[in-house]
Amino acid sequence: MSPAWRIGVDSRRCIGTSICAGTAPEHFRLVDGLSAPLADVVAPAEVILDAADSCPVEAITVRDATDDRLIAPQE
Amino acid sequence: MTESAQTTESRTVRPARPYPFSVPDRLVVDPTYGELRESEPMTRVKLPYGEEAWLATRYEDVRTVLGDVRFGRALAVQRDEPRLTPRQQYSGMLTMDPPDHTRLRRLVAKAFTARRVEALRPRTQEIADALVDDMVRLGPPADLVEHVATPLPIQVICELLGVPYADRDRFHIWSEAIVSTTSLPMETIQEYLNNLWAYMGGLVAERRRDPGIDDLLGALVRARDENQDRLSETELVELAGGLLAAGHETTVTQIPNFVYVLLHNPDQLARLRADPSLVPAAVEELLRYVPLGVGSSFARYAREDVEVGGVLVRAGEPVLGSLSSANRDGTVFADPDRLDFDREQNPHLGFGHGVHHCVGAQLARMELQVAVGTLVTRLPGLRLAVPEAELKWKRGMLVRGLLGMPVAW
Ligand code: HEM
Ligand code: HEM
Ligand code: SF4
Repeated sequence: MSPAWRIGVDSRRCIGTSICAGTAPEHFRLVDGLSAPLADVVAPAEVILDAADSCPVEAITVRDATDDRLIAPQE
Repeated sequence: MTESAQTTESRTVRPARPYPFSVPDRLVVDPTYGELRESEPMTRVKLPYGEEAWLATRYEDVRTVLGDVRFGRALAVQRDEPRLTPRQQYSGMLTMDPPDHTRLRRLVAKAFTARRVEALRPRTQEIADALVDDMVRLGPPADLVEHVATPLPIQVICELLGVPYADRDRFHIWSEAIVSTTSLPMETIQEYLNNLWAYMGGLVAERRRDPGIDDLLGALVRARDENQDRLSETELVELAGGLLAAGHETTVTQIPNFVYVLLHNPDQLARLRADPSLVPAAVEELLRYVPLGVGSSFARYAREDVEVGGVLVRAGEPVLGSLSSANRDGTVFADPDRLDFDREQNPHLGFGHGVHHCVGAQLARMELQVAVGTLVTRLPGLRLAVPEAELKWKRGMLVRGLLGMPVAW
């Protein structure tokens, strides 16, 4: 497994459901109604993929921090 | 007790008000909500069944109750949960917290993303056009509930899940009985539920025999069979039955509700007819404006002491959040009782908030956009074919909606 992941939230897509912040409160919170990651580069954790895969508008992307490979959302 | 207040060491707890505050009247939001938002934003209520609860009525507080991880749903199954109907729900996504909830939710969420749902739009439009064609052929007056509002969402959810639409008369009775009435005896409700589970079990078995079947049910069966930890057999059947039931009752009810509100706002309706690009904004505003639920349910239980709306909610206490009240909060929505398609921001809570935010929200949005768009463009003279006083409303405790809607055009 890669050493670090980079989390991105597309604030133009986010509709503020707070599903991510409820699923992975240690990684996401709502700021002015929209999701923001608490830290951009983080240690890999399944719960981050849970959040990305549960976002209804696929606003969350998780990439390998070293080679930028897309880890989530998956097809 | 004759005293009007009972004092604990850190707060005053007033006697509970019976809830819902009044017998539902069409789509009118009881003015009590507005008064409470002003003067007593956290109030004690007693629903027809179950223990007393707090009711949050302000937008911010409702969002806290639904979204803050210090509140959860899992405790409800150990308690006499406050509820509108005699039967308590002991299984399903709405009785779970993360991480158990996450496991189920992630499995289905992929099928309901905005992108997946967009791919279903052309087919949904085709179904809507065919239904309107048939209704036009029959001629006015025709029942909009029977000819458009009911078949459209049911056909869409059936095709998505892989449930034969030809069986609709059977499962519609079962799920209608479950979600929209209280007049049935408990045994009958249980019997209908069992029927629904058995029926879904049969469809699951079919996909085991033929793993190539490419629908949501097939995908759930594969998820179950690839990794047994992810989904138990009971969960699989209940999840599928749940999506089928939830996948149509609400949207079926909202389509006529939306048309009803539009007919009462002829200026807004005229704008929509002149400019159908307003349809998505109109649907969001209607989702805010229409109080679908008769009263709020699915109380959240505090997992620790939490301060909400100036009240200290103790660990283990249930709190209801009123979506209809939050959606009329004037501190968030200017002129909240006015239907206004031009709101710049419309962060309504019509689909809830937090981890239980409606999994079908994107699908419902798309269906409602197609339904409203098709009706306003294809039937420019759409109107009620009976005097308003003759409309019959549902009398159950769960959702507000029309039993029938005779229209002409
Ligand atoms: C097949 C079984 C059932 C399924 C799939 C199901 C699903 C759902 C879902 C997903 C909702 C959430 C809101 C929505 O989308 O409408 C809902 C609402 C509701 N259901 Fe069920 N439910 C089932 C059985 C029951 C039963 C047996 C009862 C109790 C008699 C019940 C009572 C309610 C209540 C009170 C609401 C809230 C309505 C509101 O607040 O507007 N459900 N149902
Ligand atoms: C206009 C139509 C709809 C409305 C207004 C609506 C509303 C809601 C609301 C308010 C909730 C959250 C309940 C709570 O947190 O207490 C919810 C949950 C849910 N809805 Fe809907 N819904 C609609 C359509 C649908 C459709 C089409 C589906 C299925 C495809 C669906 C499936 C569900 C499910 C499964 C949940 C439970 C989610 C969870 O617990 O994680 N709903 N809905
Ligand atoms: S789940 Fe998606 S839409 Fe919802 S708050 Fe998080 S990023 Fe935004």
